[in-house]
Amino acid sequence: MTAPLSPAATVSRGTVVIAVDRCKGCELCVPACPPAVLSMSSQHNAIGFAYPELAPGCTGCGACLLVCPDFCFEVHRFEEPEPGPPPEDPACAP
Amino acid sequence: MKIDTSSPPERAARKTGDFASALQLTTDHDLCPGCGEPVALRALLDAVESLGLAQRAIGVVGIGCYTALTSLIDLDLVQALHGRAPSVATGAKRMRPDTLLFTLQGDGDMVNEGLQEVIHTAARGENLTCVLLNNGVFGETGGHMTATTVLGQRTKNSLEGRDASYHGHPILIGDLLARLGGTGYVARGSVHDAAGVARTRRYFERAFESQMRGEGFSFVEVLTMCPTGWFVPTREGPGYLDEVLGSVHVTGELKVDGRLVGA
Repeated sequence: MTAPLSPAATVSRGTVVIAVDRCKGCELCVPACPPAVLSMSSQHNAIGFAYPELAPGCTGCGACLLVCPDFCFEVHRFEEPEPGPPPEDPACAP
Repeated sequence: MKIDTSSPPERAARKTGDFASALQLTTDHDLCPGCGEPVALRALLDAVESLGLAQRAIGVVGIGCYTALTSLIDLDLVQALHGRAPSVATGAKRMRPDTLLFTLQGDGDMVNEGLQEVIHTAARGENLTCVLLNNGVFGETGGHMTATTVLGQRTKNSLEGRDASYHGHPILIGDLLARLGGTGYVARGSVHDAAGVARTRRYFERAFESQMRGEGFSFVEVLTMCPTGWFVPTREGPGYLDEVLGSVHVTGELKVDGRLVGA
């Protein structure tokens, strides 16, 4: 699974559109992602495969698009980086 | 926290990568999960598109899993008999010398069934580009050994690994063709990671540029994953390719401008 991200790493400079229903669950995109913000779903798509899900921190580099055999990724780069969500304070956890 | 990836972002952004190549008719195909061949195909099509040669391109396709990808390709194509693509391409190129002529073949097609075709085509210096998708197995038959299967590689008929004393040695076709006088450009890429895919696309571009300059035979070999034929989980395919095939079929440019690299 992906390594824990530092708060700075959760700034998103881009994002992807994922064609979930085409995905065959090969997982090649997960280790290919340099900021390690892709992980496989616990749900399955219409053809029975787990599919990648995106966490904050995407850089829009397009590595996922390059390695995907099923053409599941469309890559967008933000004009301005999107700040990440505030780090969760463990003291406030229920 | 999960991000909604079902539609393009509402935030100001520019699209830097489309789902598929501009030369793809569709994104749907029936090849196995984790297969490297669609990845290599996209690199090839992106190279044709980037050089503005789509209207002049003719592909000659061999027999293998990748033959099923022809329904994706928005280029003129000819289907050849098993292993005979270089000879069909020779005829097409001689009649239409202004075209970009490439073959699309697997290792079973090129190095088993049609080995003499590609060697003679290269030695004659035919001004075309042969493309080899090399995964070291007959993917379409379910993972049987080919002539490029490396020593120790597990296939359906070498379950204990390819043994030189029993199965013979692999043919390193890229290295062999690079030694022939008729070849202008030879490179071996890999699609096991994003950098490898990007490099492979550049190799395609250089090979096609070499052909358009009339420098003779050009050859791009691409190492591709076949987790089904290798009996490994899809996620382990890239690592297996890099360690097992990549250590024998070493990637890089082997011949540029008619000169052996490193010679």
